[in-house]
Amino acid sequence: MSTKIATLLFFCISLIACAQEDTTIKTLDKDYDYEVIFDNIEIPWGMDFFGDGSLLITSKEGQVFYHKDGETTKVADIPNVYNRGQGGLLDVKIHPEYPQKPWIYFTHASTQGDEEGGHTALVRADFADGKLSNLQTLYKASPNTTKGVHFGSRLEFDRDGFLYMSIGERGARDVNPQDITRDGGKIYRFHEDGTIPEDNPFYDQEEAKKAIYSYGHRNPQGMEIHPETGEIWIHEHGPRGGDEINIIKKGENYGWPVISYGINYDGTEFTDETSRPNMQQPFYYWVPSIAPSGMTFVTSDKYPNLKGNILAGSLKFQYLEHLQIDESGVQKREKLLDKIGRVRSVKQGPDGFIYVGVEGVGLVKMLPKS
Amino acid sequence: MKFLIVFIVVVFSFEYLFFESENSSTYLPITQEKNLQQSIKDGEGVYAEFCMRCHLAQGEGVEGIYPPLANSNWLSEKRTESIKSVKYGLKGEIEVNGETYNNNMTSMGLTDREVADVMNYIMNNFGNEKKGFKQVSLREVSSLSED
Repeated sequence: MSTKIATLLFFCISLIACAQEDTTIKTLDKDYDYEVIFDNIEIPWGMDFFGDGSLLITSKEGQVFYHKDGETTKVADIPNVYNRGQGGLLDVKIHPEYPQKPWIYFTHASTQGDEEGGHTALVRADFADGKLSNLQTLYKASPNTTKGVHFGSRLEFDRDGFLYMSIGERGARDVNPQDITRDGGKIYRFHEDGTIPEDNPFYDQEEAKKAIYSYGHRNPQGMEIHPETGEIWIHEHGPRGGDEINIIKKGENYGWPVISYGINYDGTEFTDETSRPNMQQPFYYWVPSIAPSGMTFVTSDKYPNLKGNILAGSLKFQYLEHLQIDESGVQKREKLLDKIGRVRSVKQGPDGFIYVGVEGVGLVKMLPKS
Repeated sequence: MKFLIVFIVVVFSFEYLFFESENSSTYLPITQEKNLQQSIKDGEGVYAEFCMRCHLAQGEGVEGIYPPLANSNWLSEKRTESIKSVKYGLKGEIEVNGETYNNNMTSMGLTDREVADVMNYIMNNFGNEKKGFKQVSLREVSSLSED
């Protein structure tokens, strides 16, 4: 090998090593202020709003809280929650046609099943007069495992009333995500009653898990419908480097772990491929990883600089990330609420304000700049 | 001969009953301690699954956000607090190697056995092995309560 190539190689390796420092994100000269709405939740994992501005919020440990007119009350302890590592009570979603359809959907790591451990479940309950009732399990992934990682999970409805759910690959990288006969590492699609649509892509495939809509995912913890196109957008945790934003298409393979822009946490590689013809490329990938959780599109006029863009929480660097996007990709990234804590969830409320769930802090409202 | 056997059986039963009743008031689960090497090895897996995302592969942490475990003075000066933080979580301000951290680590839901193993892994890696920590036993972890 010539010295030139060796030097070039050394330069490349140095670049990769330095890449842990995130140089492509900007810090605001003047950050947004915020107000703590309530602080009695350790890990505010998921939240969703009713039309009147009241909201439901989940605590990872298993409790559901209802916040209305400045008062927060506990409305339920979800049973069978497997609270281990990244597992626990996860997302919450109110049916878009509430109260005509009085259903609330939750995902949680669940101990249901014969094996030791847990796997992600989708459950539904009725909600009326501040009370949850009639809890039923609509889907339970299997088999359980005692691995404490990659449960997912987020929920979202599309415009046709289909319900989407993400489940992570449960720490079985080489077993689950590329195998459509196994749960984990997938986006699922259901009818509102939990039955499986007959036009799901693998519905007619024998042995397949028929609820699967797309596969080859690692651990998606952000999912939101695009306000204009109606597409389902997700983001997912990558390994070290290589968190991704993906636009979900029916039956597609998103490549994990065959293609990835990341490497193992210990610095070793597991694949040198970043693309294959039959696998989808991400809309965007983060190097270094920010560990994204929670995602929303800003449509309100209260934050002119953010409108039309994506907000995503960073667990790792403890800020809310603003991604300015257009058709061709991400044009600019900014840190909002810098150093606030591990940002777990983010939503725009019906009042147009941005609400953020922060671990150890609670639910906060981000205040527009005057 | 028969009498002797009966006698032995009676004595044994009596002893058995006696010890049973005495033990029942201070019951501790009977568990075998692992040798240190096995515990470190098992702890490595726990570390990779539950700790590495924040504290990173060499325990270096992230300055100002996730405190280092490598050469950590907190680990050597606050053994009990360290074990309790893994068992129950840790919240609020701490100072590690001269730097202040104010963060929130929630309980991971590990078994006491896993807590002991991951502590032994951390105490015997990342430069901490020079400090000659005493092995963390299952008994030590089990005996700690939250407050």
